Amino acid sequence: MNNYNYDWKKYLTALLITAFIFVTSVAISNHFSNQKIESLRLIGDSISIDILSSDTQFDLLESSSCEAVDNSTFSKELNALGERVAFAEKQRTNTEEVQLLKKQYTLLLIKDYILMKKISARCEVEPIFVLYFYSNIEDCADCTRQGHVLTYLRQKYPQLRVYAFDYHLDLPALSTLLSISGITTADILPVLIIEDQQYKGFMELEDLEALPLFIELQVQKEAEEADKKAEEETAKNEKNNKNLEKTAIEE
Amino acid sequence: MLATELLMYIFLFATLFFQVFILLTFLDTRKDLFKKKDFKLSKFPSVTIMVPCFNEERTVAGTIDSLLALDYPKDKLSIMAIDDGSTDSTPEVLKQFNDNPQVTVYVKENGGKHTALNFGLEKIESDLVGCLDADSFVKEDALKIVVSYFMSDKEIDAVTPSIIIREPKSIIQRVQRAEYYGSIFLRKMLSYLGAIYVTPGPFSIFKRDVFTSLGNYHHAYNTEDFELALRMHSNNMKIVNAHEAHVTTVGPYSARALHKQRLRWTFGFLKNIIDYKHLFSTRKGALGAIVLPSGIIALFTIVFFVSVSLYNIAILSINKILALQAINWRLSGSPFSFDLFYLNTDASLIIGIVLVFMTILAFTYGRKMVEQKDLLTGEFILFAVLYVFVAPLWIIHSFYNLILAKSTEWR
Repeated sequence: MNNYNYDWKKYLTALLITAFIFVTSVAISNHFSNQKIESLRLIGDSISIDILSSDTQFDLLESSSCEAVDNSTFSKELNALGERVAFAEKQRTNTEEVQLLKKQYTLLLIKDYILMKKISARCEVEPIFVLYFYSNIEDCADCTRQGHVLTYLRQKYPQLRVYAFDYHLDLPALSTLLSISGITTADILPVLIIEDQQYKGFMELEDLEALPLFIELQVQKEAEEADKKAEEETAKNEKNNKNLEKTAIEE
Repeated sequence: MLATELLMYIFLFATLFFQVFILLTFLDTRKDLFKKKDFKLSKFPSVTIMVPCFNEERTVAGTIDSLLALDYPKDKLSIMAIDDGSTDSTPEVLKQFNDNPQVTVYVKENGGKHTALNFGLEKIESDLVGCLDADSFVKEDALKIVVSYFMSDKEIDAVTPSIIIREPKSIIQRVQRAEYYGSIFLRKMLSYLGAIYVTPGPFSIFKRDVFTSLGNYHHAYNTEDFELALRMHSNNMKIVNAHEAHVTTVGPYSARALHKQRLRWTFGFLKNIIDYKHLFSTRKGALGAIVLPSGIIALFTIVFFVSVSLYNIAILSINKILALQAINWRLSGSPFSFDLFYLNTDASLIIGIVLVFMTILAFTYGRKMVEQKDLLTGEFILFAVLYVFVAPLWIIHSFYNLILAKSTEWR
């Protein structure tokens, strides 16, 4: 005869331990999420200081500042921050915090964009940036595709700055930028602004690469590669010559 | 998406609760589990072991030899080999035992394993009766240990052994070896809980009275060993596990053979569970309250996680293809860089790690219980990787068969 006894204490203990593991796992997960948010905030703060510093430096030195102001390193940092914010947004944890960070990031982008415009106007250099307006609320499949194309271009040309703005982000500065750019409805998204020219709807990679900005970037890239190759060749020849001299002396 | 997450956490909670419950049982019983026991017998009840065989020409002789080598008085142990209409040379192989007074060989028309067992049961009058599949082999002291369990507690109606995979050759067999260690641990814990729900073909021993009062084996969707255990529980009978009694068995060699075996087991589990749904009751202790419900939940959990994973993989692949299509299939050439920021720190992942850790613990203790020294790491990784892909196949196939009222085959 089997004894189907109940040990209620054991059931309760198992339940409590399970609940404890669950609560602890959620707490650990939250701790990591908060740490990530904190790291984003720190990066944001650091970039904010750098942009403000460049801007102030630029204003102080007036037109002689073209060489003194070099904020090309921000490009990478801004891109990295943008990617992390997008990742955090997809995770759907700490939603309010992430939205706040996204606003901070967007403000940094606008600020950097204004500075870049100032630099390009005053120093008479070609602006190497693209304004990109997208939506990730509605089903904007073209926005996703455009995002892939721009990611590719940014990887190919590291000096390219892509200022990507979420149309639906509730931020007064962004609303102003949208209205200045003449974007009044989400229906026309994605929108690209390259060298003050507006392009509505999806732009193919080939069409983008045919624009003067990207032709210039390609020329620069090829020139840099040629320089690099020449340098390597010279270094190689020098090494060979040294070896030959060494052999001659030994003989 | 929220509903999916909610469902995921419900499944994770249920799985974790079961694992914790089993772990608590282990902590309660660990002293008894690893206590050195003396299996000396003062009395030797008569035992008959049936060996049903169908096309087992390669292993049946070894199976019977292992039974003949059992450390048990010869006049108290009878072996009954029942050929269930084999089409290979099994009947010829069995002829070599014709002169052995301990062995009786019968040949009957093919009718399935349960008919062979019932054929034997009609002729048995010993105190204890058992079965040994013709691809399994017993260790010398196995019967003595099993009988000592019967002697130590008069309430016991059936005793099951520890089953170990014999000399694994293929990857599939090696994976099963790891899996079986896990089963050894689980079966012992279920034994302490009075909730063993299967009396497996390899060397489960019963009191003759079990069949006298409950009747013979049923077809039971080709899982007669599962049905009998449930029938015994319906009649409040006691099944325990003698983990010290070792039986080795040949596991299916190929993935296809394994699929067929597990399809039969899973389908049989589902069908019999429906037939014995009255056991899902708190009056049946842990069996009705936790063990059987967990078995069902586990099947749904596996199907759920695999479906979600496949869906996610499909979405990821489609996105990757769309991304490549958008840049005209050019390679972006971005170097791979590891960044802790992108590490998944979801609560579900942390719970998953806890579950894996508990499973490893069960496998390790299962191995320790049968005093095996073989290194398990490789097999465990193989088990984790391979079963994730193959187990859902037979589970989904079983549900499919269940819905379409299809049946399974032995081979």
